[in-house]
Amino acid sequence: MSEFTALKVLWKRELLRFIRAKSRIVGSLGMPLFFLLFLGTGLSSSFSQGNYMEFIAPGIIGMVLMFSSIASGLTVIMDRQFGFLKEILVAPVSRLVIVLGKTFGGATTSILQAALIMLLMPFLGVTFNATGFLTALLFMILISLSFVALGIAIASKMEDMHGFQLVMNFLVMPLFFLSGALFPLNNLPGWLKTLTLIDPLTYGVDGLRGALTESSVMPFWADFTILALFCAVMLGISAWLFTKKN
Amino acid sequence: MAFAVETKGITKRFGELTAVDNVDLTIEKGELFGLLGPNGAGKTTLISMLCTILEPTSGGGKVNGFDVAKQADAVRKSIGIVFQDPSLDDELTGWENLDFHAELYGISGAQKKADTENALKLVELWDKKDELVKHYSGGMKRRLEIARGLMHAPAVLFLDEPTLGLDPQTRHHIWDYAKKMNREKKVTIVLTTHYIEEADALCNRVAIIDRGKIVACDAPSKLKRKGESLEDVFLRLTGKEIRRESGGGFIDKFRMRMRARNR
Repeated sequence: MSEFTALKVLWKRELLRFIRAKSRIVGSLGMPLFFLLFLGTGLSSSFSQGNYMEFIAPGIIGMVLMFSSIASGLTVIMDRQFGFLKEILVAPVSRLVIVLGKTFGGATTSILQAALIMLLMPFLGVTFNATGFLTALLFMILISLSFVALGIAIASKMEDMHGFQLVMNFLVMPLFFLSGALFPLNNLPGWLKTLTLIDPLTYGVDGLRGALTESSVMPFWADFTILALFCAVMLGISAWLFTKKN
Repeated sequence: MAFAVETKGITKRFGELTAVDNVDLTIEKGELFGLLGPNGAGKTTLISMLCTILEPTSGGGKVNGFDVAKQADAVRKSIGIVFQDPSLDDELTGWENLDFHAELYGISGAQKKADTENALKLVELWDKKDELVKHYSGGMKRRLEIARGLMHAPAVLFLDEPTLGLDPQTRHHIWDYAKKMNREKKVTIVLTTHYIEEADALCNRVAIIDRGKIVACDAPSKLKRKGESLEDVFLRLTGKEIRRESGGGFIDKFRMRMRARNR
């Protein structure tokens, strides 16, 4: 019972910190909105498979989820540097609960951030299939849990935030570009196709596309199964690395 | 009767460096015990092992009767700690920091509210409870950490240089809380400090630790020769050369910066 309380309070802390950093919330809305508005409008005339803005909208949701999830996983490093992690580690709470609290908290704030973008999308002329919202939420949960866990796993291996740029440029950006968030997955050259199929975010974005605009390339069960498997593996790895490190 | 702290041959090595070397130490319940030593002597490493943050390389110890390696959870429930470096969440208020702590220790409902209020009033931060900790002064942060370390009524309280970089007024306050807790609540207190004269006035026993080993352990009055202060004893036993702290990695530099900022 007390472990559950601990989980709840760790989750609550992430939420409190999120709500308090208003400038960060506003700041994080900038890039996805610009992508949508400028890229979405700019490329629409040369896009032959329907409305381009509507095509990238689910991809942008996936981008917001992945970026903010990895970033919130990496805040473990900040907690370590500012000493607060010690306060948590010395409390009578198991390491597993600590890592789960952090993961659920980070996933929740990422989903809130993505939901904010989703609320703004109709104003730019994007229309969603309303019946797909629950399925979309399912994919949003899987994406955010997976990538918070990935962030925590990386944080367990990183001494400080100096490596942040490295993670952004060599992990986060490729994962985003290869996910098919900005271009359709059919008719790609073989090497690129292979890379996109290795990228776990591909299945998240495709799943969101299926739910929100009924334009997925792969069937629901394939997207769901692969992403759920990836999520489970990431949760396992992050829990193992975090427990071992501390 | 079980001891508050009892170690047998407790040792911690980091690669080549032996930070704590085969230390036997017993502290009785109700003591106000001082752990003195130059920088890098192993005080913090010893405390980290006693509060289950580090695992001993060999040997072991008990805190409040529980084994630090095998009964970590029971040890964690028995202790409160104020770390050498700041460990508050700056983005939360004083109240929220304590509220968070209470819930981690399984205190809830009306009890939590009462404990949080008492803790804040004890360190005279009740009127600042809704301010974000990042707006607190260094002394206020320290007091809040002490309130936090005490609020779950631990059997043993570790204070690792709680007065580092604070003005004399705040230092006196902090030692007064420590004395009060020790006297009224029978909390065993284990502290480290570089203010030797303060340890002399405060502690019923002190251990002087150097290069990972205890070189003396007794009541201050018994360690002193005729006309000596405790600081003289300290210098006689540990020498006068300046010690180099090990490390120098990013975290260490960062800590120094944080300390400078919190002053």
